Formats: sequence, C-alpha cells, structure tokens
Amino acid sequence: MNKELALLAYVTRLGDNALILAQRMVQAVTLCPELEEELANANFGLDYIGQARLFYSYAGKLEGKGHSEDDFAFLRDAHEYRNVLLLEQPNGHFGDMMAREFLFESFYLLQLDALQSCDDTGLAEIAARAVKEIRYHLRHVSQWIVRLGDGTDESHARMQQAINDHWPYTGELFSADAVDVLLRSDFNGPDLDVIREQWQANVAAVLSEATLGKPDDGWMASGGKQGRHSEHLGYLLAEMQFLQRSHPGANW
Amino acid sequence: MYTQGLDQQGPANERREGVESPADIAAFQARIDAEEKIEAKDWMPAAYRRTLIRQISQHAHSEIIGMQPEGNWLTRAPTLKRKAILLAKVQDEAGHGLYLYSAGETLGTSRDEMVNDLLTGKAKYSSIFNYPTLSWADIGAIGWLVDGAAIMNQIPLCRCSYGPYARAMVRVCKEESFHQRQGFDIMLKLSRGTEKQKEMAQDALNRWWWPSIMMFGPSDTDSKHSALSMAWKIKRFSNDELRQKFIDVTVPQAEFLGLRVPDSELEFDTATGHYKFGAIDWQELREVIAGNGPCNRQRMARRRKAHDDGSWVRAAARAYGDKQAAKKAAA
Repeated sequence: MNKELALLAYVTRLGDNALILAQRMVQAVTLCPELEEELANANFGLDYIGQARLFYSYAGKLEGKGHSEDDFAFLRDAHEYRNVLLLEQPNGHFGDMMAREFLFESFYLLQLDALQSCDDTGLAEIAARAVKEIRYHLRHVSQWIVRLGDGTDESHARMQQAINDHWPYTGELFSADAVDVLLRSDFNGPDLDVIREQWQANVAAVLSEATLGKPDDGWMASGGKQGRHSEHLGYLLAEMQFLQRSHPGANW
Repeated sequence: MYTQGLDQQGPANERREGVESPADIAAFQARIDAEEKIEAKDWMPAAYRRTLIRQISQHAHSEIIGMQPEGNWLTRAPTLKRKAILLAKVQDEAGHGLYLYSAGETLGTSRDEMVNDLLTGKAKYSSIFNYPTLSWADIGAIGWLVDGAAIMNQIPLCRCSYGPYARAMVRVCKEESFHQRQGFDIMLKLSRGTEKQKEMAQDALNRWWWPSIMMFGPSDTDSKHSALSMAWKIKRFSNDELRQKFIDVTVPQAEFLGLRVPDSELEFDTATGHYKFGAIDWQELREVIAGNGPCNRQRMARRRKAHDDGSWVRAAARAYGDKQAAKKAAA
C-alpha cells in the first residue's frame, strides 16, 4: 500500500465511524429517557452526520473517481465498510448507548486532537472542526456515566454491565494496522500507543468518579477496520441504503 | 424542585381565582380588548387558564408525538443531506415541545403533570400524527401540507393574548416555515424525478390531503371551544376561515408540482376568489380523535415504552443529584 491509498483508507474509515454511530443515534430518536436527551441525542447525531459528509467528500476527492459522499454512504456493502466494531453494536438501553459513546469518544477526541497537526491539510482541517464537537459530546456523556454509575443500585449495576459488555470492543481502537502505521510514518498521524495510555488514564478517572470498576483487558474483538463485521452491520446498512439501492440513479 | 414548586402553586391560584367578581372579569376582558398581553403573574379567570393549559399542552404533546411519523424515515433517508435536514427538523420538534411545556408551566401545571395526562390518554394531540408515513414522499407531504397547515394555525397565535405562549410561538413559527420549505423541496424533487418517484409523490398527496384539511378542526358550527377563545383572543380566526385560506394557498402549489389534489369537487370560484371543495369526512376525524386512527395505539405505545424504559435513568439522575446536594450541605 502506498501513502496515498493509506490516506484514502484512513479518511474513509473516519467517515464510516462517524456515519455508523450517527445511524445508531438516529435509531434512538423518540426513545430517549428525557426530552432534554432527545435534543442532545439529535444534536450529536447531526454532528456525526456532518462529519461523515466531510470525510466522505474528502475521500471522494482523494480517490479522484467522481464518487460523492452519498456513493460512499449508500452504495458500499458491509465488507467495504471499515468502521470499528464497537460502533455497530445495537443500542440496547440508555446505559449501553452511553457506554459505547463514552468509550469511543474518549478515543476519538485524542485521535482528532492528534490529527489536527498531521501533515495532510485537508484531514487536519476536518479534524480541527470535529474536535470541538466531540469535546462537548464527551463532557456530556461522561456526566451520564458518573450519574448512572453513582445513582441508584439499579443504575450502578446496569452501567457496570454496559461498560463490561462494550470493553472487549475497545482493543480494536488501538491495534495499528498498515493504514495506521503509514499514516503515522508518512503524515505525522496519531501514535496509537500514546493515545492508548492517555485513554486508559482518562477512562479510569471517569469510571472511578462513577464508582464503577474498570474491566481487565482480556479477549478483544477485532476485524471492523479490515471489513470483517458483526452480523449487525448488514441490517443497519440494508435499512439505511434501501432507497438508493431500489431507485438506482434517482435524485432526491 | 422547580416542578414541585409549580405543583404547589395550583391551589393558591385556585383560591385567588375562586372569587371571580363581575368587575374582575370585566377588567380582564378590557385588557384583552385593548390588546394587552396577559402575563403569568396577572390575574386571569380560571376558565382562561384552563383553556390555555389545555391548548398549550396539546400543542406540546403534538410536537412530541409528531416526532414519530417523521422519525420513522430517519434511518432510511435517501441522502446524507436529507438525513441531516430531517434530523434537524425532528430535533426542532423536541425543542418546540420543550418550550411549549415551559409556557404551560407558567400557568401553574408542571411538565410532569402534562406528560402524565398524555400518557394516561387524558390529554389529546393533533389527529394528523395518527396517520402512517409509508414512503419517503410522506416526509415531503408532511413538511409541505402538515407544517403548512400548522403555520396557518400558528401565525395568529404569535398575537395570542397570553404573553408566554405568544412569544414561544414566534420562535416556533420561524422554524416551521423552514420545515415547510424543506417539505415542498422534497416534493419538488420527486415530482421532477423518475416515474416511480412521481407516483410516490402523488400517492403521498392522496393520503395526506384530507387529514391535513381536517387539522383545522371541526367546522365553525360544531366547534365547542371556539367562541370563548375568540373573545379571549387566544384564537384570531375561525377553523373554517383558516381551512379555506390553507386550501387557497396550497392548491396552486400542487398544480406547480404537477400533482392532482384528490378532491373531484375542487373548483376555483371566480366570484368569491376562493376554491370550493368537497365534503369532509367528519366521521373519520371523530374516529381518529376517539383513538381509532391507523396509528393511535402504536404512537402511544411507543411514547409509553420510552417513558417506562427511561424511568431508571431519571431515578438515577435524581439520586445522584440528591447525593451531590447532601455532600455540599455536609461540606
């Protein structure tokens, strides 16, 4: 793989992460526990859709084959999606959603922060914009981890279970493959080992405030970044893509 | 704390308003007639308060339940741009619900009480949201017709005699007119698109036209709340006036789209300058309001489930808040 292909793959992955999480958030609309959370959930979903559009449009430009943001979103199959497995996990209950978002955004914030100073201007610009959004998402979601962890006995138990259930999907965030390595070496991209240490410390601090235990790093799931997904992604895409698939070439 | 405070306010107000002297009522009506705004702390007749609570809470509930038919297409929106616009719209509706509940709270009824009335079926919401969204074109039709009808109803509410409601409506109307344009834009794209897209648009108009016309409520002769609301300047135009205005504005838009309005009696009357239209199926409206529309049970079941599923979260947030308050007090 050359550096241009690595950059394209990396930007597409960022778009996939943003879109798959957005789609999960969209599925939760009208199901939130409070009206204020409906607003927050929709707000964050909008941020992610916006980020996906920026990443995909840039990927289309890098690829140079005339593919639009919608071609990337609606006309690729599951094995072509490169999002991490954590994000395609079903919503479960509110605590599950918060756990997934917390574990991911604790990573994503550091990733974007590092990308702001990478050598590719296009990517650095998108990262600089996205990092502001993710900073306030993470503040919001961390507050929920603390509230639910240190709330009632029931919420504590549910939140601990949610953290435990999502933990095995965090390993993939830090396992560098050829794309990550090239982005680091040729574009001054993020150092995943450094990010992992910061992530561990930040996550541990929030979990501790939430009176929650930090799970041990045991077996970790992997494959999303290589296009080997869980069964969940196929359904998510089938639902999301159906209009584009059943009306080829139509304008909307 | 805030809502508890409001709960306690009720009986005090009732006592104060228990004695409604003819002089008080006349003075109140004089303020209304002089186009003065009534504010939360002002004296008002109990019936005026009740009417507003009923109307504002119904309006808020409609925003909340109205998120469902549109939310039904969020996961399937055909482009990322359309998905973002629709999500922003549904978010606006949640926001409208929030400030309408707040406007309702200024009248001494807590949001919890209002929500409880919705969940127990005591309070109603707009009949229109009990119809299903079966294709993407329905999202266009809702924006164009339903939001169009809502705007007709709501623009006069910006001048409603009750200040907090009028001010909330100014903001709501700005956002609604944006929604309406977006809906029309979806219909325009479809009606200029493939044959299948055109069919989709026509089918949506066929299904949404009459329910939209019914949104203005019973005809003036049968409307039980209208006369007093007009006198109190909560309402400025009658149901039938607004309905006629909506039809007059909307029919030419349908023609521009190349779509046929599903009313064989529709005809422009050059003498009056208005469209004549066919008979409305009032039995259908009565059924939908009575709970027998295509989606009444589904909408309420989803709302109740979301409320029940969220109860442990709300309990945790309260418990956490109490713990923090206790820590602060001890420090």
